Amino acid sequence: LMYSRCLCVMYSHFSVRSFVNYEVKEDVAVIRMNDPNSKVNTLSVQMQTEMTEVFNEVLANNAVQSAVLISSKPGCFIAGADINMIQACKTAEEVTKLSQEGQKMFERIENSPKPIVAAINGSCLGGGLEFAIACQYRVATKSKKTVLGTPEVMLGLLPGAGGTQRLPKMVGIPGAFDMMLTGKNIRADKAKKMGLVHQLVDPLGPGLKSPEERTIEYLEEVAIQCAKDIVNKKIALTRKKGLMQKAQDYVLGIEFVRQQIYKTVTGKVMKMSKGLYPAPLKIIETVKAGLEQGPDSGYLAEAQNFGKLAMTSESNALIGLYHGQVACKKNRFGVPERPVKNLAILGAGLMGAGIAQVTVDKGINTILKDTMVDGLSRGQQQVYKGFNDKTKKKTITSFERDSILSSLTGQLDYKGFEKVDMVIEAVFEDLNIKHKVIKEVEAVISPHCIFATNTSALPIKDIAAASKRPEKVIGMHYFSPVDKMQLLEIITTDKTSKDTTASAVAVGLKQGKVIIVVGDGPGFYTTRCLAPMLAEAVRVLQEGVDPKKLDALTTGFGFPVGAATLADEVGIDVAAHVAEDLGKAFGSRFGGGNVEVLKTMVEKGFKGRKSGKGCYVYTPGLKSKDVNPDLEDLLEKYKLAANPSVSSDSDVQFRLVSRFVNEAVMCLQEGILNGPVEGDIGAVFGLGFPPCLGGPFRFVDTFGADKLVEKMRRFEHVYGNQFTPCQLLLDHAKDSNKRFHK
Amino acid sequence: VVAPIQTKSKKTLAKPGVKNIVLVDGVRTPFLTSGTTYADLMPHDLARAALQGLLHRTSLPKDAVDYVIYGTVIQEVKTSNVAREASLGAGFSDKIPCHTVTMACISSNVAMTTGTSGMIAAGQCDAIVAGGVEFMSDVPIRHSRKMRKTMLALNRAKTLGQRLSLIGSIRMAHLTPELPAVAEFSTAETMGHSADRLAAAFGVSRLEQDEFALRSHTLAKQAQDSGLLSDVISFKVPGRDMVSKDNGIRPSSMEQLAKLKPAFIKPHGTVTAANSSFLTDGASAVLIMSEEKALAMGYKPKAYLRDFVYVSQDPKDQLLLGPTYGTPKVLERAGLTMNDIDVFEFHEAFAGQIMANLKAMDSDWFAQTYMGRKTKVGTPPMEKFNLWGGSLSLGHPFGATGCRLVTTVAHRLQKEGGQYGLVAACAAGGQVT
Repeated sequence: LMYSRCLCVMYSHFSVRSFVNYEVKEDVAVIRMNDPNSKVNTLSVQMQTEMTEVFNEVLANNAVQSAVLISSKPGCFIAGADINMIQACKTAEEVTKLSQEGQKMFERIENSPKPIVAAINGSCLGGGLEFAIACQYRVATKSKKTVLGTPEVMLGLLPGAGGTQRLPKMVGIPGAFDMMLTGKNIRADKAKKMGLVHQLVDPLGPGLKSPEERTIEYLEEVAIQCAKDIVNKKIALTRKKGLMQKAQDYVLGIEFVRQQIYKTVTGKVMKMSKGLYPAPLKIIETVKAGLEQGPDSGYLAEAQNFGKLAMTSESNALIGLYHGQVACKKNRFGVPERPVKNLAILGAGLMGAGIAQVTVDKGINTILKDTMVDGLSRGQQQVYKGFNDKTKKKTITSFERDSILSSLTGQLDYKGFEKVDMVIEAVFEDLNIKHKVIKEVEAVISPHCIFATNTSALPIKDIAAASKRPEKVIGMHYFSPVDKMQLLEIITTDKTSKDTTASAVAVGLKQGKVIIVVGDGPGFYTTRCLAPMLAEAVRVLQEGVDPKKLDALTTGFGFPVGAATLADEVGIDVAAHVAEDLGKAFGSRFGGGNVEVLKTMVEKGFKGRKSGKGCYVYTPGLKSKDVNPDLEDLLEKYKLAANPSVSSDSDVQFRLVSRFVNEAVMCLQEGILNGPVEGDIGAVFGLGFPPCLGGPFRFVDTFGADKLVEKMRRFEHVYGNQFTPCQLLLDHAKDSNKRFHK
Repeated sequence: VVAPIQTKSKKTLAKPGVKNIVLVDGVRTPFLTSGTTYADLMPHDLARAALQGLLHRTSLPKDAVDYVIYGTVIQEVKTSNVAREASLGAGFSDKIPCHTVTMACISSNVAMTTGTSGMIAAGQCDAIVAGGVEFMSDVPIRHSRKMRKTMLALNRAKTLGQRLSLIGSIRMAHLTPELPAVAEFSTAETMGHSADRLAAAFGVSRLEQDEFALRSHTLAKQAQDSGLLSDVISFKVPGRDMVSKDNGIRPSSMEQLAKLKPAFIKPHGTVTAANSSFLTDGASAVLIMSEEKALAMGYKPKAYLRDFVYVSQDPKDQLLLGPTYGTPKVLERAGLTMNDIDVFEFHEAFAGQIMANLKAMDSDWFAQTYMGRKTKVGTPPMEKFNLWGGSLSLGHPFGATGCRLVTTVAHRLQKEGGQYGLVAACAAGGQVT
């Protein structure tokens, strides 16, 4: 034993490698990955080259019997392939070649005569997961940061380095489809149950080193022991199968059953994606090729389909959104002068309580204030339920729930407001009420306190008019339900100070939001884009298209929620309010449908989902919904004659979308938007603009500004200025080299 | 901190204006592995035996104490104030008030310090009995919450129809009982699991743990054989034999210990049944008085009880690190250093927990990073540490261990001719005395 310990030599010492090095501990090679230029490891060209070198040396080294693959980064094993590497490719063939190189490398790992144990701590995603499942054995920490998954589908791709072929064998066909088609993250304990990892290691607390450092060391120690035990046959690599597993294997061995699975899965994918996303279908096709025609066909299909997908506009759009999302998770306004530690929310309604939930979650002391006991109680219950549901799902313990909620205070008065660093008001959308509130609040808060207003359409400068300190006033437009919707639209006036903006962005980021910062104006960015589309939707209804058909047309274009359902969700009263306000501000350009339709609906109590009736009738406990029968009579009153030349399904879709897109481009033209990236992110994450199109600006790039203008001119001819393309769009139409995204 | 009466050259810790408080004597029932000879008793029976033993040992008149305080962890619901039931049953005067305290494994420490600082030092009492009891042979196993709810509703049901409909609502799943677990409520982590993680965090090997466990059992056996465990009283268990010895002391060999599989973290954990304390039945009692009172009653006290401190940490990752945090604090309060202490008695919950504490106390990095100290605490020398065995070998009836530690320190100081002794114990919830 002593002798072999003396053999511990740092082999990395002799090389110039900077991404991968290895050390031999007794007879186990410990291969460590650490990208020196990034917070995460990715399977970049450099990483792969060095890994291949190291692997060759390990195989050739007679003193080595087995190996452990581990990352030196605390929160990351390998986060995935290097997206830039894929994006740099010009043709499908180039990407296919990349895929084949990856396949080859992992095939060598899989067939390694010396067992390799993947020791996983932190994210193990995409290519990282494919690497791990090519290894003979997997040990993972139970840390919350340890997640495994194949998120490629969310980038419009498929696992292109053997994942589509190995996963079905490892976790079963249904499990593999679930992973690859949803791209969801799987926690370590679930991964163990699924058979994705073999052994779990607990994260450690303080010891003689920092918890992070010692946990990685401990993981390494356990993995080394596993590697040795595999070599001396204490651990068998072929696991004994339980009865359930045997039964499942038997059933899935029947071709007819497999065909049924492919059919069912394809059906589900088609239903959910409306066929607008090629990646899920290619994943099914690839898995099927491997299972039905053997591994050679499977791997070939994987590489070829990976190449094809990488060249699709959908993948391009989704990758664009990914980059945009990363960009919108940064604070470009710098670090605020003082961090917000105490925050107060006015109004415990749906929005107020939702904001409270995401705020208190991050340990900010939060006051939730309402004027009525009933409202306050309802709001507090909403926050409690939000966390209790997490307890039920076991993402947090009941103790963590209680501890989080201990930072929330519900009250009816202004007690403690002098200590508050930021107030977010979420009271009723009425300028007079907002003015009353701002005056009341300013009497009790300290001078440094920021006043943020959560409004979806009222111009911030109008609200700030009642303030003694307009530099501290800012708009924070949250989307409902706040805990689910990722977007936060921050609105600055020309008086808002930079530090106020920096602070609002910092709070939003802490709340886990993707943030766009836009200029002030009626409807800001998101509401302003949505309003003309909804006006058009009302016109479409008036022209005799029923709500179900309208929904089908919008979802068919890629919107996750149909226009009629969306109106019900937003609230018909809110929609009417916004339509009227923005109609006044922008004039006939925002016309189309008759606002009276919405107003009459409100009068009749059809306020949308919240009132049980809107375009549809909602029965509690029932998921399916029927069209509101009274709506038909109502629409009959406001009926318009449809012009057949602009009423085909496709024309209706483009009438809805082009008004949205034109307004978005106009927001950029007017400087409301900072750039097309924020425009795309805001539209997709806040309003559900089709992700496969990547947002209005990418849509213009992909579809062609000229073609869009051409369509709009045709609609303009029938309906007038609502379809007049804005100058910036015309500029792009004139010069095809002009693009919003490079 | 306990200091004996016979002072050598070292300074006295008496504080001006503060009464001297003394330990007159301390006893305990034999500590037995749960489910053995005590199996048919109730907790207050054990506590009663300890109290009667104390009366007998000290010849104390049954009305001579002013107050009785007991510590316990897993409460028998029928005797939730177990101090009172045991005191009455032991024949103490019914005029003596009693109460029961709980603070996990340091419950009897709380019983003692409540008595010293809260009662004697405050001038409320002159003489108190403190003790602790734990009875793991029988624990309250409850009906499920749903079943309890139904049963309570049945109580209130007025008509036959209501009763029948309630009975009809009972499902098989409702009959699954709820068992108490030795787990943290806040983290749901069992103590053994936490100890294993703690050992791993400090890089304590399996070998080190087994060695320490073997040491504990070997020393306990020696102490038992040479009659040093004089605090143990004999107890005639009704319907069973007379018990006069702890029955968990099992000196084994390193080979035997190495054979055991990890008990909590599988397969790579290091904490096993053999290097953990076992579930134990037992009770302890000590007689504490102001020095004046003790001398007036003709007693020759065994030690001064000078000072104490409680500390708390994160219940997840530092659950069992209390001794590391508490030791320097209490030394500071008493104006002593590690070198002044002649006798150390630390509660051995797990061998891994003791070793982790020793490593933490020996680490400058730990002291600087987590304790806000400039230098490490320093470790107690092993030749002064738990020389008569510890909880690993003698057993650990949660509520009773504190009094055992204090009595043992007093006895060891007398035997070894030391002046200062120090007791430390970790407890669930990350607290320590």
